[in-house]
Amino acid sequence: MELTGAEILWECLLREGVEVVFGYPGGAILPTYDAMNFYPVRHVLVRHEQGAVHAADGYARASGRVGVAMATSGPGATNMVTGIATAMMDSSPIVCITGQVPTAAIGSDAFQETDVTGITLPITKHNYLVTDVRELAQVVKEAFYIARSGRPGPVLIDLPKDVQIARTEFVYPEGPVELPGYRPRTVIPPEDLERAVELINSARRPIILAGHGVLMSGAMRELREFAERGRIPVAQTLLGLGNFPASHPLCLGMMGMHGEAFVNQAIQEADLLLAFGMRFDDRVTGNVKTYAPKARKIHVDIDPSELNKNVKVDVGIVGDLKAVLQELLPHVEPIDRSAWLEQIDEWRDDTRRRDILNWDGGGKLWGAHVIHDIWRATEGNAIVVTDVGQHQMWEAQYYRHEQPFTLITSGGLGTMGFALPAGIGAKLARPDAEVWVIAGDGGFQMTQAELATAVQERVPIRIAIINNAYLGMVRQWQEFFYEKRYAATPLVNPDFCKLAAAYDIPAFRVTRREEVIPIVEKARQVDGPVLIDFVVEKEDIVYPMVPAGADLHAMIRRPVSEHGQKEVTP
Amino acid sequence: MKHILVARVENKPGVLNRVASLFRRRGFNIDSLTVGETEVPEISRMTIVVDTSRTDATRVVHNLYKLVNVIEVEDITERPSVVRDLVLLKVKADARTRPEIIQLTEVFRGKVVDVAPDSLILELTGEEEKIRSFIEVMRPFGILEMVRTGIVAMTRGSSPNGHVPLRGNGAVV
Repeated sequence: MELTGAEILWECLLREGVEVVFGYPGGAILPTYDAMNFYPVRHVLVRHEQGAVHAADGYARASGRVGVAMATSGPGATNMVTGIATAMMDSSPIVCITGQVPTAAIGSDAFQETDVTGITLPITKHNYLVTDVRELAQVVKEAFYIARSGRPGPVLIDLPKDVQIARTEFVYPEGPVELPGYRPRTVIPPEDLERAVELINSARRPIILAGHGVLMSGAMRELREFAERGRIPVAQTLLGLGNFPASHPLCLGMMGMHGEAFVNQAIQEADLLLAFGMRFDDRVTGNVKTYAPKARKIHVDIDPSELNKNVKVDVGIVGDLKAVLQELLPHVEPIDRSAWLEQIDEWRDDTRRRDILNWDGGGKLWGAHVIHDIWRATEGNAIVVTDVGQHQMWEAQYYRHEQPFTLITSGGLGTMGFALPAGIGAKLARPDAEVWVIAGDGGFQMTQAELATAVQERVPIRIAIINNAYLGMVRQWQEFFYEKRYAATPLVNPDFCKLAAAYDIPAFRVTRREEVIPIVEKARQVDGPVLIDFVVEKEDIVYPMVPAGADLHAMIRRPVSEHGQKEVTP
Repeated sequence: MKHILVARVENKPGVLNRVASLFRRRGFNIDSLTVGETEVPEISRMTIVVDTSRTDATRVVHNLYKLVNVIEVEDITERPSVVRDLVLLKVKADARTRPEIIQLTEVFRGKVVDVAPDSLILELTGEEEKIRSFIEVMRPFGILEMVRTGIVAMTRGSSPNGHVPLRGNGAVV
């Protein structure tokens, strides 16, 4: 049967199992939008194309499926750039479809023309400019395959208007995709495994560094078995949170710049690092020259280019983590490592003494307390989508994730404005789940227009603004490293409750600790989106902190005496 | 040290751009990059010379593999190979110097490909070292213009595998 390019696109999207598309129409993508009327796909109209990509990203991370975003040519496509780069850095599988001026006009600086495949070349896993409608079905199939396989990532398809209109016989390419230059590697060299086993079984102070790769590989159970069998503690990257239950006795929590001090101490003292699906980001290592100086290093990653990129390792294994762990598991000897675990507990006690949770807050509202109370009220069962900054780190420290895929955040790119649209995407992917969007007052305003999307599409997300009237994390750096010269960080904000009211979104303002849980409970009962403005202490600090590029053990700690802490069990 | 990488890539629009963009973005230092067609029309071949004092060749290989259009990458530095570069030199020449230039070119097994009243165009193919010394020999006559293709390379023998690597860079003139 002869179909138009636009129809072929929808036919192919349906065959990929696409149910939701996040997008924004415009001239060059109009034929595709027109054809959409005849296909059973839910279109979510965002208010800015960046929001469409973040929403597709949130959808992908919450569901494990490929998210789809759509926009027109020129400004529509360029507005997607931040979202695409965000997905690239965090290896999130999305497919972006952009309209393009007709092929005959390409290169002529036509109205709303931009070289989007050129612009997105370094921030996509792959991209396509389709100039012949007969190639379209194959391209769409390849795009989804590339996006979700191997190390996942964003793929963009640029579709000129005439290609959307042109007709051709629609023949869906059945069978597996075969690309001569794309073969996600699956063979694990046995000698690497042997060497790894040797190091693991001879280590006295090993530590697992569990990253996002655990989640993407679906290796949660293998990770747990591995840790339990070898009695090996597990530290997590920001994007790895949820890959190992926070309440597990071997779970240490987040490592790195704002990881708890005892976690970083353990890394610095370890004699073996087992890096599973993580990439030794600079936020994780601090100064690489002094990073884990006593440790041998085993690195398992699906992307060979990550091995020996930032940290030189003793054994590098390229492969799907789940498969590698399954190979390693039978050889992991149950070794008594209680001395090591006791040592870590000793360091952990020191961290506990300094914990802000041991302090009643002195009648003020603190960001960390708000997160802790949201965690308590939701019993740790919510999907939390965070923005970037202080609240993001407090969330990572104080919302204890028991389940995988329950934290969605922009880790690699650190994109402010991510949370609200990504939260909308996450909720649409997991309508059964309770989804909390936690954002700072700064980042929230970058994409707050998406409140309208939540209303129009009836997406019942819970929005918590941790409002300190500052760009808090930048202010913190200014406090530590620029002698409190607060250049361009104080914010004069709108009344967020009134803003919500303008969208017909119920809103609450919380200024005291004792109000947090009752209001959170109230918000959970609201049918539809709801917003809470938490007015928190303005000049709060995320402790501990490794200054950028400093040694991992050179942390700025919260002084024990700062709040005159008492030993109080929260 | 110089490493020679041979990449077989899909012959599609924009592939050279993808490779160049990768090198730029990752800050890889490349001495030369040549691209041309192969025995298979759908496949182009790139020869990339990496200065490993500044860039780790393994990282270049791994990152090239991440490009969907790159089919195969091989570091042939340690393999017996034929390595060639081609230079065209336009050299100042008059009746007095012309015989000497032609004679020197013959010593290098080069060719005179154009003769004008006040200049010659010389063509020489060979390894980098040979070309460099040829250029040095011609410099005193006055080099008016120069162009080089950059290195192309091919491993010796009929099978791409099974060779015993030679010492050094494995290249034979």
